[in-house]
Amino acid sequence: MMATDCVERYLAPTGLAQALAALAEPGGAVVLAGGTDLMPQINAGRLRPATTLLNIRRVQGLAAIALDGDSLVIGALATLAALRSDALVRLHAPLLVEAADHFASDQIRNAATLGGNLCNASPAGDTLPPLLALDAELGLASLGEAGAVLERRLPLAEFFVGPGRTRLAAGELLTAVRLPLPPAGRITRFCKAGTRPALDIATISLAFAARRDDAGRLHEVHLALGAVAPIPLRARRAEALLEGRVLDAALAVEVARAAAGEATPIDDVRATAWYRRELVHNLTRRMLNDVAHA
Amino acid sequence: MSLTHEIHFRLNGVMQRAAVGLQMSALQMLREVIGLAGTKYGCGEGECGACTIIVDGASVNACLLFAVDCDGRELTTIEGLARNAQTEALRKAFVAHGAVQCGFCTPGMVVQATHLLSQQANPDATAAKRAIEGNLCRCTGYLKIVEAIVDAGGQAQATEDRR
Repeated sequence: MMATDCVERYLAPTGLAQALAALAEPGGAVVLAGGTDLMPQINAGRLRPATTLLNIRRVQGLAAIALDGDSLVIGALATLAALRSDALVRLHAPLLVEAADHFASDQIRNAATLGGNLCNASPAGDTLPPLLALDAELGLASLGEAGAVLERRLPLAEFFVGPGRTRLAAGELLTAVRLPLPPAGRITRFCKAGTRPALDIATISLAFAARRDDAGRLHEVHLALGAVAPIPLRARRAEALLEGRVLDAALAVEVARAAAGEATPIDDVRATAWYRRELVHNLTRRMLNDVAHA
Repeated sequence: MSLTHEIHFRLNGVMQRAAVGLQMSALQMLREVIGLAGTKYGCGEGECGACTIIVDGASVNACLLFAVDCDGRELTTIEGLARNAQTEALRKAFVAHGAVQCGFCTPGMVVQATHLLSQQANPDATAAKRAIEGNLCRCTGYLKIVEAIVDAGGQAQATEDRR
């Protein structure tokens, strides 16, 4: 039996407070945004039971992409297509544009939302490593006692708990992703390995962000790995090896070895754990050599 | 228990009303509730593109779209494009290049190509290939389809230039 057999009503509010009120009710709600992951989950009978199907796609303001002080704020309902073409994202977060460009297909990018990709919390989610590398922070909204909309901020690095599981509390909705504006000298790279360029779930993915000073030394190094652990992770030991150093071929080999050591992949239909570690090693080295010569 | 929800939307230019199940896809609604069978069911999970339709100006997989979410929106299917003068060059190019073999992927290909041409009037082969990444064809090897799309863009451009 499909879990949605217990869905008793459908709501499509246009206001955030209404959406949060529906989410806070006992029985909970299944949140629908782009639907590109929810529909296959329903068809496979993998949906958690809830009494309400809550379509948030009509909630005003949640698809906006704008600057707020020294942050780029991307609404949770921004589609992957919007990320790929938006002038602000292209200027301040080209890493995310690259990931959006490698995401599924045109049809899916036109519907799928950034918030949905994050809340599905797949270890192979395409936008997760880039957002980790860019120090993303999430805006999580809930309804306060007086009916006021409350927002808390959570670093993305603390959001994921396991495959499909996040620290989103009951009654909370992801409303925005905040990215600090890039420093001068920022270098980023994205790499996704799969069997074909389009419509492929990543076998592994890598996202790199750092600042290079005038002497060529790297600072604030971020190296995020996707699809090699229950959650997307930062390769902290690999990052530490790069911090304050000038990249060369020997260092790239050392860092690649460290990154492969930090991955804890599994065997599955897409690849064996051994192959995934090899990919992390080889693609990290290749990516770093490319950074060294850029 | 199967709950239904009444929605109103514009389909190929005509206002439409439908009672749809909460977990029904737009594809199922088009084919089984409304009776427009031009949009094809291939994989049912967004991999093949046979069910591509245009919603509010953007192409999407009808199999991944909730029918209830069509409420208040504007849908265009292959049936709508068949009567559309703007897609004439594209339809003729598909025929001229032999871009149709078994025909099952064709509605999705034509709808997706229409979306591409609305974004980029005169695409090259690379742009055409990227645009149909989400559309599988098991007969043609894609070459004729890509040529047809590029040719359609070029013809529309030539017509525009003559004006």
